Amino acid sequence: MRQDLATPDSETIRAIIAAERHREGPLLPILHALQAEYDHIPESALPLIAEALALTRAEVHGVVTFYHDFREAPAGRHVVKVCRAEACQSMGANDMAARLLDLLGLDGYGTLPDGSVTVEPVYCLGLCACAPAAMVDGTLLGRADSPAIAAKLAKAEAPA
Amino acid sequence: MKDFILPPKDWDMGTPLPKSDATVTLKIDGFDVTVPEGTSVMRAAMEAGIKIPKLCATDSVEAFGSCRLCLVEIEGRRGTPASCTTPVTDGMAVTTQSDRLHKLRKGVMELYISDHPLDCLTCGANGDCELQDMAGMVGLRDVRYTKGDNHYAPTAAGSLSLNDIRAKVPDGSDNARYIPKDDSNPYFTYDPSKCIVCSRCVRACEEVQGTFALTIEGRGFDSRVSFGGASDSVLSSDCVSCGACVQACPTATLQEKSVIEMGTPDRSVITTCAYCGVGCSFKAELNGDKLVRMTPYKHGKANRGHSCVKGRFAYGYASHPDRILNPMIRDSIDEPWREVTWQEALEFTATRLKGIRETYGRKSLGVITSSRCTNEETYLVQKLTRAVFENNNTDTCARVCHSPTGYGLGQTFGTSAGTQDFDSVEDTDVVIVIGANPTDGHPVFASRLKKRLREGAELIVIDPRRIDLLATPHMSGSHHLPLRPGTNVAVVSALAHVIVTEGLADEAFIRERCDWDEFQHYAEFIREDRHSPEATEMLTGVPAQKLREAARAFAKGGNGAIYYGLGVTEHSQGSTTVMGIANLAMLTGNIGRRGVGVNPLRGQNNVQGSCDMGSFPHELPGYRHVKNPEVRAIYEDLWKVKIDPEPGLRIPNMLDAAVEGTFKGLYVQGEDILQSDPDTKHVAAGLAAMECVIVHDLFLNETANYAHVFLPGSSFLEKEGTFTNAERRINRVREVMKPMNGYADWEVTQLLANAMGAGWHYTHPAQIMEEIAATTPAFANVTYDMLEEKGSVQWPCNDDAPEGTPLMHVDGFVRGQGRFIVTEYVATDEKTGPRFPLLLTTGRILSQYNVGAQTRRTENSVWHGEDLLEIHPHDAENRGIQEGAWIRLASRSGETTLRATITDRVSPGVVYTTFHHPDTQANVVTTDYSDWATNCPEYKVTAVQVAPSNGPSEWQEDYNAQAAQSRRILPAAE
Repeated sequence: MRQDLATPDSETIRAIIAAERHREGPLLPILHALQAEYDHIPESALPLIAEALALTRAEVHGVVTFYHDFREAPAGRHVVKVCRAEACQSMGANDMAARLLDLLGLDGYGTLPDGSVTVEPVYCLGLCACAPAAMVDGTLLGRADSPAIAAKLAKAEAPA
Repeated sequence: MKDFILPPKDWDMGTPLPKSDATVTLKIDGFDVTVPEGTSVMRAAMEAGIKIPKLCATDSVEAFGSCRLCLVEIEGRRGTPASCTTPVTDGMAVTTQSDRLHKLRKGVMELYISDHPLDCLTCGANGDCELQDMAGMVGLRDVRYTKGDNHYAPTAAGSLSLNDIRAKVPDGSDNARYIPKDDSNPYFTYDPSKCIVCSRCVRACEEVQGTFALTIEGRGFDSRVSFGGASDSVLSSDCVSCGACVQACPTATLQEKSVIEMGTPDRSVITTCAYCGVGCSFKAELNGDKLVRMTPYKHGKANRGHSCVKGRFAYGYASHPDRILNPMIRDSIDEPWREVTWQEALEFTATRLKGIRETYGRKSLGVITSSRCTNEETYLVQKLTRAVFENNNTDTCARVCHSPTGYGLGQTFGTSAGTQDFDSVEDTDVVIVIGANPTDGHPVFASRLKKRLREGAELIVIDPRRIDLLATPHMSGSHHLPLRPGTNVAVVSALAHVIVTEGLADEAFIRERCDWDEFQHYAEFIREDRHSPEATEMLTGVPAQKLREAARAFAKGGNGAIYYGLGVTEHSQGSTTVMGIANLAMLTGNIGRRGVGVNPLRGQNNVQGSCDMGSFPHELPGYRHVKNPEVRAIYEDLWKVKIDPEPGLRIPNMLDAAVEGTFKGLYVQGEDILQSDPDTKHVAAGLAAMECVIVHDLFLNETANYAHVFLPGSSFLEKEGTFTNAERRINRVREVMKPMNGYADWEVTQLLANAMGAGWHYTHPAQIMEEIAATTPAFANVTYDMLEEKGSVQWPCNDDAPEGTPLMHVDGFVRGQGRFIVTEYVATDEKTGPRFPLLLTTGRILSQYNVGAQTRRTENSVWHGEDLLEIHPHDAENRGIQEGAWIRLASRSGETTLRATITDRVSPGVVYTTFHHPDTQANVVTTDYSDWATNCPEYKVTAVQVAPSNGPSEWQEDYNAQAAQSRRILPAAE
């Protein structure tokens, strides 16, 4: 559970929708704003978005699920994306990922039970020249190795 | 059904037929083919009889180009384009089969099959599966891929590639990609394991039905069809169970439960749906005489291959155990029923009727024809009273629904029917929907309207309630004028006031087509300030500015069409509103071409036909008054009887006369007047005072509680005949199976007439249609042979219009000049006051139909198990009413109880309910006020009070006791 996130309520969701709906093609901006607020797209927001944009909740669901970065539930406090595209795999990304999961104590991609870290695969970060690549909390990391990522995470988790 | 056993005209052509007059000629496999411009290569090939393999294409939806199976080679073009998304061009040379194409298609097919369970022999779609067909067509003989990640195996054992870190399978037992079958919908199942993600269902829901309840969730290999959001099931989603997705699905992923249970049908009969006035054509698909499923017929001109939950799925009532299959009689209504032979029942009835006629005179008998039965049956029933009982005491349920339409349009345009065909809506730019709820009442028409709204047509809804049409997804603009019930005339006049005073009227049209003097008179009247939106706002509750905007939109918006329903007619000023609507259409020049017109949405399958067939007491077939001696002469010569020149009794007059003791015998075919007519107590008193009530129906309906004779009826699946829909289209009804009760309804009426000594000798309904055509000018050229050839025809169909008449009043009004009639608003006498401060209005819901006699006997009750009272949060809070609470609904006429639901769809001061369930008997509450011209009851306005309650009212308890008592049936004598 993430203690740092607000519980979604329809009033706030409506306000977020209202702030973006004037834009051309407002659905993605609305979803981004919700993702920023809650670190996921609450299911309760779907009918509200649908109503505001003359869509249906199925359509909104289709869009939300198409993008992996729109989450159904909040991720951990820190997110590691490990590139598993062809170039990175050829430079040992799979082994690197497996070691990282071992280090963190995860069985597979996912979130640690304490909610501190989420590790997920990504298919190409566009950093093939520096493969294997990863991304930690939005910052790209070339020639990534698992101890370095673990160290970054430990630093980020440490009380300031 | 499997394409290769279908006749070529029923083939799936892959993509829709484009609307174009220009043609293009190309060569396909060396054959010359000429098709309309815009046709896909795939469709052009089909036209030439050359089938190209396909999975994601079907001719009910636009081409999508995702399956890559329909690849072709085109001379001079690189690669292998998809034939479904490639339009034809002049001189194009297409090759549909080559080694290269064969290899590509086989490769694609192999990929599909690598994620598909190969349980064909036990699959619900076995024998009716396009994936199976295509595997055969491309010659797939082997799948080289080893078993890996898949969507079909419930357990993952052995199916996951080793070390695949993507698969979140901690213990290796469950396949996280496997989604179990969803059978929450009562009529069809969704089995994701069989899905090939062709998106046909999603596109059908969007393009054909317009509900957008389905989507593809995820991406890539994760893509799945999803009903609604993450936690929705099929049932909890927005799905309205129209069946379009099931129709479109090429595999067993979306499959009718009846097919899973009974097997693939092996023959089919084209017939017409017996629910609403849209009159959809269906294929009844059977195994032997067992009906397996009903599928919409794509050549049906009313529905164009679409259907709704009622027509497609809710046919189970026809074989419901409640159906009565043997005639029954009793001496008085407090006795139990006795099952008897047909002969005994008919003799009993004839003796009673003759006795009544001797004692009370020939005017003491009458009939009520059915809007549910065929034209031929209705014709016979009115003939029974006119030729055998020798009076004009015939009426029909149209009395209580669209009689003001007949009167109003007859007066203004000269004919008593809608002016357009349903296809016309494709050219509409701005549409007024007034007092109608098409998504629930006429769903297939609503889908066609919604399609046009998505294309940019503007919507104006005049309704006390925020109907679902206003929530149409992807609609651009809409106006909602939420008027107070009972103020239609004021709103329609205010619209006309704006059009006239702002100079928006189409003067050229009016001068050319209408009576100019009458228009001047009307214009003077409507210009008066008291008709302005500002002046009527207090009365109607519609903000003046909104009304002005709507009026301007309608007058300036291009082709303007008006569709209306019972919310217009079922008022004390129903006829006036119909005339006001006709005025609006004439004012704006919106008559006589495609995309415009005045269109009553008629309630029942054959309400148009039952009116056409002379069901009204003052009119012989074809709307010709009985006082007219030349018309009487036609029937007098043919029937060899004297026809009464005086109009007979209307339904309310029959009941009044019964209470007074002068009307004693009534033959009611396929109507439940006790439940459907207003002021239930009065109806009950009238029926109880009669000496011989004959109910001819499928079920022991509520009216039968007061009957002495019950003659079992036959369902629409069990007879030959014709229905006429709201667009005047005469559609054939065909016998799908033999009557379970032994006789089709027309035969029963004939038996009854002959028991009275009539000597009728019809052996087939075609002969009855011959008699109708010979005596009724609008039907002069209609024959069964013609209907067989054309499929359907719209009346008038005679020497002037041998092909029928899709559009009325094209070159001039039927009555000559269009007539403007002054529409003075007179408030109804039914008024709110301190004791009854709320206005009740009534309506319909999608899954139930009319009194519910049919739909309540199907699984449709999953969606609507009881009638609910919609009440605004303010009114609910004032009265301490919670969501779902039992409430007492009382009017000056009576009271009943039901549950409340709180919603702001209704305005404060307005409550709304349906009347589908006899337990509620909403018509106990409605009054006996009625339309000034036609007696159509004022169902739509009743002053009521709502209060919390503990349970059923005294009336409901008495009623249920009486009904239980009355429905007892003695076992047949040994």
